[in-house]
Amino acid sequence: MYAQMVKTGVEHIQSKEEMSPEERAFQDRVDADIRIEPKEWMPEAYRKTLIRQISQHAHSEIIGMQPEGNWITRAPTLERKAILLAKVQDEAGHGLYLYCAAETLGVSRDELLEQLNSGKAKYSSIFNYPTLTWADIGAIGWLVDGAAIMNQVPLQRCSYGPYSRAMIRICKEESFHQRQGYDAMTKLARGTPEQKQMAQDALNRWWWPSLMMFGPSDAESVHSAQSLRWKIKINSNDELRQKFVDQTVPQAEYLGLTVPDPDLKWNAERGHYDFGEINWDEFYQVIAGNGPCNRQRLRTRVKAYEEGQWVRDAADAYAAKKAARAQVKAA
Amino acid sequence: MTNKKEWPLWEVFIRSQHGLAHRHVGSLHASDAEMAIMNARDVYTRRNEGVSIWVVRASDIAASSPGEKGPLFDPANSKVYRHPTFYEIPEELGHM
Repeated sequence: MYAQMVKTGVEHIQSKEEMSPEERAFQDRVDADIRIEPKEWMPEAYRKTLIRQISQHAHSEIIGMQPEGNWITRAPTLERKAILLAKVQDEAGHGLYLYCAAETLGVSRDELLEQLNSGKAKYSSIFNYPTLTWADIGAIGWLVDGAAIMNQVPLQRCSYGPYSRAMIRICKEESFHQRQGYDAMTKLARGTPEQKQMAQDALNRWWWPSLMMFGPSDAESVHSAQSLRWKIKINSNDELRQKFVDQTVPQAEYLGLTVPDPDLKWNAERGHYDFGEINWDEFYQVIAGNGPCNRQRLRTRVKAYEEGQWVRDAADAYAAKKAARAQVKAA
Repeated sequence: MTNKKEWPLWEVFIRSQHGLAHRHVGSLHASDAEMAIMNARDVYTRRNEGVSIWVVRASDIAASSPGEKGPLFDPANSKVYRHPTFYEIPEELGHM
């Protein structure tokens, strides 16, 4: 999702008999839905996997500000501009909640930012696509945030306390994101033929990358099995993707837009929509850094960080001066 | 990067308008208390969540350790008589 293909470092799933007493006690707590809190004992692989997953999620929120930020100055009305500003600010907030959750696992903020800025850390493939027209902003809210909600709602029940609490806050705010996107799409879909065409074009370009957000099928993946067992993943990628398709197709029909998939059709027997093959080659290319905007996203991120250096230095100098004065006063 | 010094971590507590006590909502980094309050405003009260903010350096918080859970909290388990439901009140008396 916002964290795709998170490796756990395990090669096979231990049975309870193979576990040490500590590991067994830990797994029993997870099985009983007791939340794990920062200072409690946890398997090293659990800790590392969570750091990877939560920080990928945080990086996605931060990089995700770029495609949408692209349209803040060009929003069609003052109201849309205010809404988009609020949404992008929320994304920054979500990144911050998540970095804090990751830090409770013993990694520092600077390390996390260093991993992002150096290109070592991954973020969601979806944010490497460009926002070419205003309709893309509607499509992102509707589809991308819609797909994110699919994944984040179950994660509110995940086993790690700080992650679960961050998810609860995020989900409360995410619903606004999806609705404002659908609202913007509705306006276009009911507008002039040119506006409707713009909405259709955005759907055409964002549909497949949105389905890729859930990641490749993980039915056979030992990492997913381990993450499910630890309850830091609640559903399989295919389950969530199917749920997203089932939910979104009627929404597209309501707008009078066509989902760009000739194989899409309702399967009454399964009670789900069947849909076409996803181009996983494209997905792996984007993940490997060769998407349309990977280099631009990272460059923008690093530039913002470097240009903010004087602000951080000034804040440090000011805090040091104040602390020194307080010390003189106390003496 | 000219400066590797990380800003200290602050724990943030917010009081909502409903008369409840300040409640822990999360944490953030800031160079001093003033900035921590400003940042807490932006990060944790974008939707009218509060009317008052406390921030405290995370390093200044003393906390019980998970290992002490038993000795600290087990003694309360056996004291059921501390709860009103322990006592049976005759039905004819009505609500008490």
